[in-house]
Amino acid sequence: MKIASRYFVLISGLALALPAGYAGAGEPRSGYEFIKPATREMQDDDFLNPGMFTVEKGQALFNGQPGGDGKSCADCHGSEGEGLDTGNIARYPVYRDGALVTLQKQISQCLTGTTGKTLPDDHPDLVALETFVRNRARGKPVNVQTDGPMVKLLEKGEQLYKARYGLIDISCYHCHDMYPGQMIRGQKISEGQGNGFPAYRLDIGEITNLPQRIQQCLTLMRAEPFESGSDEINLLGLHIMSRSNGLKIETPAVRY
Amino acid sequence: MKYLRICLILLTITLLPFRSAALEQAQLPEGYCHWEVAEYGIAAPLCGLAGDAGRGMAIVSDSHLGNCLACHQLPIPGVEAYGTIGPPLEGIAARLGEAQIRLRVVDTRHINPMSIMPGFYRDPRLIHRPGKRYRGKTFLTAQQVEDVIAYLVTLK
Repeated sequence: MKIASRYFVLISGLALALPAGYAGAGEPRSGYEFIKPATREMQDDDFLNPGMFTVEKGQALFNGQPGGDGKSCADCHGSEGEGLDTGNIARYPVYRDGALVTLQKQISQCLTGTTGKTLPDDHPDLVALETFVRNRARGKPVNVQTDGPMVKLLEKGEQLYKARYGLIDISCYHCHDMYPGQMIRGQKISEGQGNGFPAYRLDIGEITNLPQRIQQCLTLMRAEPFESGSDEINLLGLHIMSRSNGLKIETPAVRY
Repeated sequence: MKYLRICLILLTITLLPFRSAALEQAQLPEGYCHWEVAEYGIAAPLCGLAGDAGRGMAIVSDSHLGNCLACHQLPIPGVEAYGTIGPPLEGIAARLGEAQIRLRVVDTRHINPMSIMPGFYRDPRLIHRPGKRYRGKTFLTAQQVEDVIAYLVTLK
């Protein structure tokens, strides 16, 4: 009883102690402001930015026939993706027909529609296509819907964002809202914004989309990560992207 | 619909003590020693073990063990990268007694429920979604915690 009531007190304490926008109040700050100068230089120069390889791979897939004998994405959207509405890209994830649709999901549905083939969530080809498409909207401000049917989904996303996970037993909120700017060993903690994703991660040497980044974080927390394509990871992604509203898309950003 | 919701809430309230009882009955992992908090501290060493300050200093620096340097500055020669999330620990033993240090290492959320600091010997049943290989485990073993405390009490 003692432990249980303690647990209950902790949960309610957590709920009470987290007023909306604790230290994160004010304008959001891109991860770009927290990385080292050398990393910024790498991001700013397309010839140095390792994420550009994935953009090129994505463009090749966009122009090829990634899933089979169907049309290529370029047949409708142009070889450079010039037919894509970049303002619309900045609105993802969107709410459509009663469900949350991520940019990856949209691309995946397009692929299935034209080629009849389905790729699993976070398949490297899908991530490459996502990186290429998102890169088309580089410089556009993130513009995720936060009203109407999104309100309930955002609340759920925020709950997941503020829950503690794993043996390290901390929430996303703990690091990215309470301690941005502080050092964790040799690295500066960022606000955990989503505007740079998919991003190239120096730590692992790979391009990483937002769901993958969340999974990597949870694994580091010694927690059981949410599965690719799960409601939880999409709701977390939605909350994170909504926090980034107004920040310019930087895909492919370079991050630690 | 409204009636149903009220029923559900009532049911939840009625069942809450049972849920608590269920957690109470959930088996403590094998080898986990019980500890008690008094006066903002834990007076008795975990499992009655004696710590070793030399081993403790290695544990606080090792990123796969205590990883204290991730958040705290410590007076360890040769260490340049440390975190600034928690307070520097130089002189910690001049500010806190051994029992108070022990509670902070074991489970500091008894003092600050919002703390970002992990409980290094927190009851594993309270951990949400632990990774598969960490289920039923504590961050550090009781011996490792005592080693860390033996080191920290030297920081006067």
